[in-house]
Amino acid sequence: MIKSSRPVSLSRRNALLAGGVTLSGAAVALLAGRPALAAKHADGHSAQKDAGVLNTALALEHEGINAYTLGAQSNLLEKPVLTLALKFQDDHKAHRDRLIAVLHTLGATPVQEKSLSEYASELEVSKLKTQTDVLNFAAGLEQGAVNAYLGIIPSFGDPALAKLAGQLASDETVHFAILSQALGRPLPAPLSFGV
Amino acid sequence: MRLDARSKVGTFCILAAALTVAHGAERAGDAVKGKALYESRCTACHSLDHSRIGPAHRGVFGRRVAQVAGFDYSPALRHSHVVWNATSLDRWLTNPEAFIPGQKMGYTVPDGQDRADIIAFLASPEAR
Repeated sequence: MIKSSRPVSLSRRNALLAGGVTLSGAAVALLAGRPALAAKHADGHSAQKDAGVLNTALALEHEGINAYTLGAQSNLLEKPVLTLALKFQDDHKAHRDRLIAVLHTLGATPVQEKSLSEYASELEVSKLKTQTDVLNFAAGLEQGAVNAYLGIIPSFGDPALAKLAGQLASDETVHFAILSQALGRPLPAPLSFGV
Repeated sequence: MRLDARSKVGTFCILAAALTVAHGAERAGDAVKGKALYESRCTACHSLDHSRIGPAHRGVFGRRVAQVAGFDYSPALRHSHVVWNATSLDRWLTNPEAFIPGQKMGYTVPDGQDRADIIAFLASPEAR
């Protein structure tokens, strides 16, 4: 990890440091006003590639946020389940905001959210007829997100970004576990995620 | 032991067949396992019938890259002439960036048998 001795903007640093994401590699170089250094990590891995992977994560978060909106609007959820769904949606919004902040810090353009109707079509939400359908649907998306985040960890050139992916995976695992419990499923087997 | 010409040819053929079977067994995919792997690993971004974060997969086996209408492919994929078959999909899932530099997928499937199973599913009638 590279430590910058030059003063940097606190607000920009906070985008990465909030929640424990530490600065390193390309991010430090950018904050220090050295975009040429930011273009490559020490091992030659492109910061642009990291940003591309982060944008995939952001697209997942956009989809997750909209999936919970669609679930909430379905009128299929009882009050306690709806409250939980909205809490999970808030978590995804926090993920989205963090990813957008990091992408901006890397000088990348965050991928845009699609329309709610596009997500409804892509996710085939018209097939959801019961609360259990919605819970299974949400659990599937959360499990997919866990595996996706675990799967992209090796793709990052910057270890701080790999850690961020790990943090996102952890939150999604909590969501998946709670949804699984609500569905009466058995506990996941050890080492069953990301394989 | 001395072998005549016919025996040598026969022995070679048997050895070659054995090696082919061994190699095939190593890479032979199980479409049922592949479906389960697909659902647990790929469906965060993909589905068979709808493009989402990644393009729809129905009919991908045997198709040239970047052919799903309306999906925003990377220039690297748009300009590629790769056709998705067992070999190219195996290379793609092993390391997409090494196979087609500039593409957008950051996910890999490190285990060869898992790749073979997923490819078997994509090649199966269920995914065609």
